[in-house]
Amino acid sequence: MSEPPAYREFHPRWYRPRMSTWWWLKRGSHLAFILRELSSIFVAWSVVFFLLLVTAVSRGEDAYRDFLSWTGSPGILLLNLVSLFFVVFHAVTWFNLAPQAMVVRVRGKRVPGAWIAASNYAAWALLSALVAWLFLGG
Amino acid sequence: MADRITLQLARYRPEEEPEPSFQEYEVPCREDWVVLDGLNYVKDRLDGTLSYRWSCRMGICGSCGMTVNGEPKLTCATFLADYVPGPVRVEPLRNFPVIRDLVVELGDFMRKLTSVQPWIVREEEKPLSEGEYRQTPAQLDLYQQYSMCINCMLCYAACPVYGLDPKFLGPAAIALAQRYNLDSRDQGVGERLEVLSQDEGIWGCTFVGDCTRVCPKNVDPAGAIQRYKLTAALEWLKGFFVPWGAR
Repeated sequence: MSEPPAYREFHPRWYRPRMSTWWWLKRGSHLAFILRELSSIFVAWSVVFFLLLVTAVSRGEDAYRDFLSWTGSPGILLLNLVSLFFVVFHAVTWFNLAPQAMVVRVRGKRVPGAWIAASNYAAWALLSALVAWLFLGG
Repeated sequence: MADRITLQLARYRPEEEPEPSFQEYEVPCREDWVVLDGLNYVKDRLDGTLSYRWSCRMGICGSCGMTVNGEPKLTCATFLADYVPGPVRVEPLRNFPVIRDLVVELGDFMRKLTSVQPWIVREEEKPLSEGEYRQTPAQLDLYQQYSMCINCMLCYAACPVYGLDPKFLGPAAIALAQRYNLDSRDQGVGERLEVLSQDEGIWGCTFVGDCTRVCPKNVDPAGAIQRYKLTAALEWLKGFFVPWGAR
């Protein structure tokens, strides 16, 4: 008995292209995206580093001195420099994406994206200034 | 300006070869010719066996989407003159199975599209005697951008998440779901939430943002998805803290 030709879901003659493992190296926007995802590791390291700093401070002057000499070692210094780059990269790319995710309307009209991004940067600068004033000036 | 340009067209003849290959054709390069005109020239004058989809030639039907020199493009809106001296490489849209030459299989996208119910859902229709459902310009403005989608699937071709995980609901389907969610006449938000809030729904999106960059209608699917993530998270919180307050 011959079956009538049918439209099959898993058609054996379809060509199914596969994505290369290195797909993210082929476009600038994809590379930036992967770097942004990767930056989460360094953001996490920054948090751990901060917690270590707080612990050292709470244990007294000697512990704090040991911590400072540890952070001065070339390996940690390099790690922290790389982390600084990634944390800034994370923050900047995040703020630049914010206008797409945030739709703010004032009197029925959508606030332009540049304003949303600018207000995020302004809040960042303001909070940084506040923290700097608390620890350095206050 | 050069009067001729070379098209490198992806050919896939499943009954003859296991993988696609490229074939070159030389076509006239006129100032007002788009890539689709070049394809039509090949089909009419040089090689009638070439297969591709097209219909309206004016960026409305969304059927002539292909990969032009690596970028997802509507071939009816991509001018040959911009690629002088050439060659122009035309391939089928990425991330979809290829049926033949430049024709991809649409079934997966169509199933995903219907799963989000991209139409106005009413719990109860009001009687005709009460008249039409009226809307103010401000209410229209809330969703109009998303209603511009022509289902051309360029955003799916640009999305690496969809390429890696074909189960991902994808940019256009989510943007169209938002188009109806934000419509003041619609009452289907709850039904769509169940589909959209799955792992393969909005949470699959990692915000690469290429869907928005390639969209020929400025729909901004990436923005629609991020906005919906916020909505879904708030719904989850509401359900967590006020479980008795059903939607």
